[in-house]
Amino acid sequence: MNDAPSIVVDKLVKRFGAFVAVNQVSFQIRSGEIFGLLGPNGSGKSTTIRMLCGLLNPSSGSATVVGLDVARQAEEVRQHIGYMSQKFSLYNDLTAIENLQFFGGLYGVKGRVLDERIAWAIKMSGLAGSEQLLTGELSGGWKQRLALGCAVLHRPQVLFLDEATAGVDPLSRRQFWELIHEMSREGVTILVTTHYMDEAEYCNRLALIDQGLIVEMGTPTKIKQTAIKGDLLLVECSPLGGGLAAVKQAPGVLEASVFGAALHVVVSTGRQPLTELPAFLAAHDVRVGRIELISPSLEDAFVSLTGSRALGSESYQ
Amino acid sequence: MSRKEFTQVRRDPYSLVVVLFLPLVQILLLGYGARLDANHIPVYVLDQEGSQDSQALLKAFQASPYFDVIKAVDNYHALVRAIDADQCKLGIVIPWNFSERLDDAGRTSVQAIVDGTDDNSAQLAEGYAQAVVATYANNVQLDWFARHGLSQQATIPLSVDYRTWFNEDLESKNFIIPGTVALVMALMGALLSSLTIAREWERGTMEQLIATPVTALEIMVGKLVPYLGIGLADAILCAVFAVGWFGVPFRGGLGAFFLATTLFLIVILGIGYMISVATKSQLGASQYALLVTLLPTSMLSGFAFPIDQMPAPIRAITYLVYSRYYVSALKRIFLSSAGISDLVPEVVAMIIYALVIGFFATRAFHKSLQ
Repeated sequence: MNDAPSIVVDKLVKRFGAFVAVNQVSFQIRSGEIFGLLGPNGSGKSTTIRMLCGLLNPSSGSATVVGLDVARQAEEVRQHIGYMSQKFSLYNDLTAIENLQFFGGLYGVKGRVLDERIAWAIKMSGLAGSEQLLTGELSGGWKQRLALGCAVLHRPQVLFLDEATAGVDPLSRRQFWELIHEMSREGVTILVTTHYMDEAEYCNRLALIDQGLIVEMGTPTKIKQTAIKGDLLLVECSPLGGGLAAVKQAPGVLEASVFGAALHVVVSTGRQPLTELPAFLAAHDVRVGRIELISPSLEDAFVSLTGSRALGSESYQ
Repeated sequence: MSRKEFTQVRRDPYSLVVVLFLPLVQILLLGYGARLDANHIPVYVLDQEGSQDSQALLKAFQASPYFDVIKAVDNYHALVRAIDADQCKLGIVIPWNFSERLDDAGRTSVQAIVDGTDDNSAQLAEGYAQAVVATYANNVQLDWFARHGLSQQATIPLSVDYRTWFNEDLESKNFIIPGTVALVMALMGALLSSLTIAREWERGTMEQLIATPVTALEIMVGKLVPYLGIGLADAILCAVFAVGWFGVPFRGGLGAFFLATTLFLIVILGIGYMISVATKSQLGASQYALLVTLLPTSMLSGFAFPIDQMPAPIRAITYLVYSRYYVSALKRIFLSSAGISDLVPEVVAMIIYALVIGFFATRAFHKSLQ
């Protein structure tokens, strides 16, 4: 990793009519960094990435990729980037090798270099022996790795992955991320969007994005630490709904939400929740099972950040 | 790009049908179905006289390849019923005083009742019937002159000798089939090219394509070149079929044929491509494409309905219909021995069209998601 920023985004805005999809988004990504945009569907992640690839024109603000302006030098930008979208846009009626040849042609990779890169992509994606299968017959994980191969045939300096792991089994996702890390070690700058929290953990740095706004940015560890302003408790209780309603009234409780079959409750530090809470809940006809201090996950951080934004200051009272 | 497009056509059963079978089906259907001439028109006769003269006239009808005298009836009602029941298209009534009046006055008439439900056939039947009667009348006249010792004058002072050039047998298939090549080209070209961009949008591959450095022009040319090749191959297929199967003459130059076809395909493919860019959906695109290519080509190109016989306003519109120039060129290439130099107006018109369409087509598509 060197420190020269590979992607610079400055107050980027995208409006669709009255709807503001991306609102004053700014960030910088260093070469070789894996940067994640984490947010729910419709939060503006894909719109941001599409502007950076020159697929959409920004409404205002600016962005450069490898020093090139994405709005004015879109064609030059495309020489240096690889883009893989949520649908792994391959041609299902072409064979694996034909897809590679086709994208190689589009990127202007020719001759012996193309042969080498195709051989590399086949090996990387584990498709050896299946090159002649129609792409439509390949499983999700293979298709995904093939799409990655197509996107990086021309050795781009920057790789954009837009929800590139959606609909792929967990094992394939792990393999995919190993490939991503390998490219990052070779100096490729990688911008990913995802709504999988576990995937976000693979990133060097993250920006949490909600309703077009970046609500938090930093390393996964830092985000987890700063987002939760207190101690996080796991509370098993029944009934779950009644417990949630009651716990929000308890003294010292900042936030509470349902996580699976239990509650995650944030309390102000310095209190004694392990003793106070069970008593409070029991008084409200809620039976309490296990209760313990846990370390926050990214999901906790995300819920805490977006929840507090959505609800305003009320949740703190 | 082109190779990929070609491979996709090869792999897509629907495209293959469009490319291979549609032309054949079309040319067969039109070659057999859309004949405008009538042979073996079924005829009933009512001979009220039954004389030598009346029989001679009926023999003339029997001898004509255009008529099949199926039955002789003995009253007028039976004849009318037969026409009503669609058992015959033409009824010939020879009056009871036919030969008497022929001898006495030298003038007589026969009645022809024509089933007018099909206007075209009716006109043809009427025309052929008049021709048969006129020939017969001529012979009678000559005969009369001869019998009255006027053999010196036994020539009709004036007669018209018809000689039809280029379609000597006046067979409508020779007139129709060259035009079907245009119809096939329009149908095939429009269908395939209208799908090409829309398909990329629908399958989500367009986004990927836009994100690569490939230019809009490369996309267009890459996508249309295979279809141009396929179109030319189909044109050859149609021409071979027209000549080999239907016996349509091919007298003009191959160069002119390929030039005209190439220009026409550029226009058709350009239109299909622009529609595809504009609609982004395969279904919508193919429907629009058929509307703007097939309809004018079949109705206003002179393919089946002669432009000369159209009302003036519509005739004026046909000058804007690109297919008219191709159909006209095709007919002349097939039937007269037209080479490129004989087809300058058509070729120039098509070049202008190709340039205009090409100009707009290259500007139609922008590499952007908006």
